[in-house]
Amino acid sequence: MSEMDTIQMVDADGNVVDEKAVKSVSDELIHKMYRLMVFTRAWNAKALSLQRQGRLGTLASVRGQEAANVGMGMALEKGDWFCPAFREYGAQFARGVKPGVLYTYLGGDERGMKPPEDACILPICITVGSHLCHAAGIAFAAKARGEKVAVLSSSGDGSTSEGDFHESLNFAGVYKLPVVFAIQNNHWAISVPVEHQTATKTIAEKACAYGIGGYRVDGNDVFAVYLTVKRLLNEARSEYKPSLVELVTYRMDDHTTSDDASRYRTEEMLAPWRARDPIDRVRKYLVAKRGWDEQKDADLIAGCTEEVEQLVRDYEASPPPDPADMFNYQYFEEPWHLKEEREEVIRLLGESKR
Amino acid sequence: MARLSMIEAINAAFHEVMARDDRVLILGEDVGVDGGVFRATVGLIEKFGPMRVVDTPLAESSIVGTAIGMAINGMRPIAEIQFEGFMFKAFDQVYSHASRMRRRSQGVYGVPLVIRAPYGAGVRALEHHSDAPEAIFCHVPGLKVVIPSTPSDAKGLLISSIEDPDTVIFLEPKRLYRLFKEEVPDGDHRVPLGKARLVRKGDDITLITYGGMVQICERAADHVDNEGVQAEVIDLRTVWPFDIDAIIESVNKTGRLIIVHEAPRSFGVGAEIAALVAERCLLSLQAPIKRVTGYDIVPPLSKLEDYNYPDPERVIRAIHETMQF
Repeated sequence: MSEMDTIQMVDADGNVVDEKAVKSVSDELIHKMYRLMVFTRAWNAKALSLQRQGRLGTLASVRGQEAANVGMGMALEKGDWFCPAFREYGAQFARGVKPGVLYTYLGGDERGMKPPEDACILPICITVGSHLCHAAGIAFAAKARGEKVAVLSSSGDGSTSEGDFHESLNFAGVYKLPVVFAIQNNHWAISVPVEHQTATKTIAEKACAYGIGGYRVDGNDVFAVYLTVKRLLNEARSEYKPSLVELVTYRMDDHTTSDDASRYRTEEMLAPWRARDPIDRVRKYLVAKRGWDEQKDADLIAGCTEEVEQLVRDYEASPPPDPADMFNYQYFEEPWHLKEEREEVIRLLGESKR
Repeated sequence: MARLSMIEAINAAFHEVMARDDRVLILGEDVGVDGGVFRATVGLIEKFGPMRVVDTPLAESSIVGTAIGMAINGMRPIAEIQFEGFMFKAFDQVYSHASRMRRRSQGVYGVPLVIRAPYGAGVRALEHHSDAPEAIFCHVPGLKVVIPSTPSDAKGLLISSIEDPDTVIFLEPKRLYRLFKEEVPDGDHRVPLGKARLVRKGDDITLITYGGMVQICERAADHVDNEGVQAEVIDLRTVWPFDIDAIIESVNKTGRLIIVHEAPRSFGVGAEIAALVAERCLLSLQAPIKRVTGYDIVPPLSKLEDYNYPDPERVIRAIHETMQF
């Protein structure tokens, strides 16, 4: 497999590569995806700014990966499951996670970890690659009950070195599970470049080892991401065909706000990827083909910025959690030792107020 | 009622629970056609098929990891790890997810999962086949740890564990699998989690134990009975969260306590019990608390196994020292 096999539908300059595919995406849908990409970038920029001011905790910036995020998130259907890692905010929003709730989480308030009850989405997963097993297990349960739903996991290029990546794809292949493993290959696992994660030329070709489908997609082309992931989810749902899909993208910021990428990568390495920006590409296409213009674009950005500002106001106005809440949800029914520890905290708080 | 060995009682529990609850499925290495290397799952794949009795690839992390996904998506999985020494390949899934998914999802997703493994020493086994790692799991917030000591309890505790909404580490003393048979109730037989069993009443000294050590303590208690010492033997059954009331009540009565387990001594279940007794009923004690345990070593191979595995003689010595203090 080579670069030639990478699926692309709109190129970096907004030119249509696959006319038929691009036309299959309605005006309503591409505007919705574009809006969500722009919103995700505004949300992310605000989060970085809040973090620098000490108003939010550590953040893994998603800038540069908006097409991969939004394309895969929008490809899911109602009833499908989504198992994210920690750089999928745009996909989470597409799945119904409230953007303000993610500020709550990143602000260190566990109430923000609660997924919407009917969205079939797992919480953010930080232990790299471990949630791929959960995706396979969720898919197994669905198949065992004869349900026609698909499961999508997302993780980074670094996760493909983990044992759980291998075990999950292997299990999915053996039991022909309705699951799609998306890999956002953003070229970096903190400081380690993808060339040091694997000696294979692509991540997609690893699928051969598990007897499942392997696909490589231009991850900065939202058309290609959306249409490919949607097709693979359909195949998973209707034919129990598992697959691995590599979304080739680039992490434009530091790994997290605690990282300093200038220690290991140069401006020259970033430059070609600036020219492949996923949002610029859609805007150029929309202007050329779907009646978009500068004024509409400026209005959209202003609208997203105002929406984000309102979310921040709401987030900062919400009262802090009750300290005793840290004992919640350890077990379904609280055992004696946790009752005692909870009471100890309540007692200490009462005494310190006196 | 039928007279069953522990392994037969476990098998009976599976047949009954799987017949009445189609959410229950078993997954692990060799659990299907082979019926499990100890035959715990024999006869199940014929009855319930390969999507409910799942022969997995040889990969412990994904046995537990996929079981977590199944549990989140409405199933009641039972994951078999072939031997306790192989559980650590799955430890990240246990520690990072099974035990904390309820918390991580703020109550939206529980993980009603039983992770079973043959446990402990005493069968002259290979390396990594004689360990007693229960304290490692007890230390993980959000887990329950259960170790049965009789066929009847094995069935009743297993059914309760399968029905429990949280993850249960269910460790089966492999030395007891076929050691003896007893009458095991048919049908729905539940032994509640968190409740200890009073094995033998006595006023002079309390022996707290579980699993393969229960019989050892009974034999020691028989011996000292001839000397006029009445030992009370308590089987924890649920090792964590254990039955604190049963422990404190007994120690308040007898004033003397020995904790017996085959697991290593330091930072073990005995240490936790001793600390709680010191906190709650120190003034009832008439002698220092003693622990009769495996030593803080890698379990020895067969030639030296018996020197590490507590026997009645070591328990009797500890009783004598405590009574004579």
